[in-house]
Amino acid sequence: MILSIKDLRKIYHTKQNEILAVDNFSFNLKEGEFVAIVGPSGCGKSTILSILCGLDEPSSGTIEADKNLKFGYMLQGDNLFEWQTIFKNCLLGLEINKEVTKESKEYVKKLLKTYGLEEFMDAYPSNLSGGMRQRVSLIRTLATKPDLLFLDEPFSALDYQSRLAVSDDVYKIIKKEKKSAIMVTHDISEAISMADRIIVLSKRPSTIKSIYEIKLTNRSTPINNRKAKEFSKYYDMIWKDIDYHV
Amino acid sequence: MFSEEHKRYLKKIRRNKFFVRFVQILIIAILLISWQLAADLGLINTFISSSPKAIILTIVGLYNDGSLFHHIWVTLYEVIVSFVLGTIIGILIATLLWRFTFLAKVLDPYLTVLNSLPKVSLGPIIIIVAGAGTGSIILMALFISVIITIIDVHQAFMGTDSNKIRLLESFKSSKTQMLFKLVLPSNYNNIISVFKVNLSLTFIGVIMGEFLVSKAGVGYLIMYGSQVFNLNLVMTGIILLAIMASLMYYLILFIEKRLSR
Repeated sequence: MILSIKDLRKIYHTKQNEILAVDNFSFNLKEGEFVAIVGPSGCGKSTILSILCGLDEPSSGTIEADKNLKFGYMLQGDNLFEWQTIFKNCLLGLEINKEVTKESKEYVKKLLKTYGLEEFMDAYPSNLSGGMRQRVSLIRTLATKPDLLFLDEPFSALDYQSRLAVSDDVYKIIKKEKKSAIMVTHDISEAISMADRIIVLSKRPSTIKSIYEIKLTNRSTPINNRKAKEFSKYYDMIWKDIDYHV
Repeated sequence: MFSEEHKRYLKKIRRNKFFVRFVQILIIAILLISWQLAADLGLINTFISSSPKAIILTIVGLYNDGSLFHHIWVTLYEVIVSFVLGTIIGILIATLLWRFTFLAKVLDPYLTVLNSLPKVSLGPIIIIVAGAGTGSIILMALFISVIITIIDVHQAFMGTDSNKIRLLESFKSSKTQMLFKLVLPSNYNNIISVFKVNLSLTFIGVIMGEFLVSKAGVGYLIMYGSQVFNLNLVMTGIILLAIMASLMYYLILFIEKRLSR
């Protein structure tokens, strides 16, 4: 276990009233595990991620992380800086942490090369496709060598086709670099195709409704996983749990 | 290299551009010629409306007695000093307000009042405080440009993409790093447009200051001309101002293009 969360609770205060966003949220993350958190929109999924990576304070509850565990956060959209080259964009986290060294630069170059972006190193983000931009954004996160990645609806800005392709890409990269990950998404198929475990949240206040260990035959990449025979079974169960009322 | 169609397309663009230029020049030429003709034929009172010829003669006269470039330089000097000071002070204060939200909230009503106050009303106080000289003129121009610079730049800074701010926060960035890595560069275009607004405001401020108190400068020429009923001098001053303002404007455009490359 690298991360252990107990009884997380978050209350939001506005002038008019207070909103219980997250309640009674506990779970443990194993090393190398890919966990997806799904739930109806506006249920407080992103809140949980913000708390986990320290951008937000919980109202109560504890988060215990392994010592030396480094977080990387990938949020909605790629948020690349249009005024900087791809290489400079990837160095952002290193620059802020004052970790730009010859070695770290080499590491970023290696990542860019491995994931097919070497020739775009000196290009600007506007010259890249949506999928490539997303890959750059992931490399920017990986550059600081995090052990655990938080992905907050990372593909929501993309159209369906690129979404499939990019989630394949990102998944492969995360597995290849042996990172653990927690991903928040509202897309059930995306969650099943990528995650080892899925946590289904209820409507607000978000509590854990159910947890699924995803066991697929011939598990490989997300696109292939969608063809597994268990896929639709999981989809139906999660769909019922989320209980969408239109 | 290009297809025939593409060549025709390029030619059309060139021709279009040329035509716009041509009509622009035509308009000014017709205006000047009819102004001069009306003056020559006695259709207008040249004592009040002056004439292109009289304006040219006035400029030549000013040039011959050596005062033309002196007046231009005095005004230009005042504009440059106030523009640079106003922009720097404005951006600095706006940065402080961005950094310290408490300060921004406290100062908000004061800024609003100062912004809507007609700054020329401060003229008498400025003269008493800073004396009847260049200092007063620069102060006047500063009052006019700084407040709006602060408000505009602060607003632009506060509008910085909140997702990008979160991204930097997730890297545990300090506020100073955020300023230099994100807030300043992402507001580059906003700052350039503040420059442009500032330049014209500074011109207004300097001429206003010269109207109030001055011994030289283009504003002084206009004021002096109107007091001795020399409308040729007034018109000359206005023309000189128009030329100076547009030259400065194109200078900023040029710098903008240079920097964005």
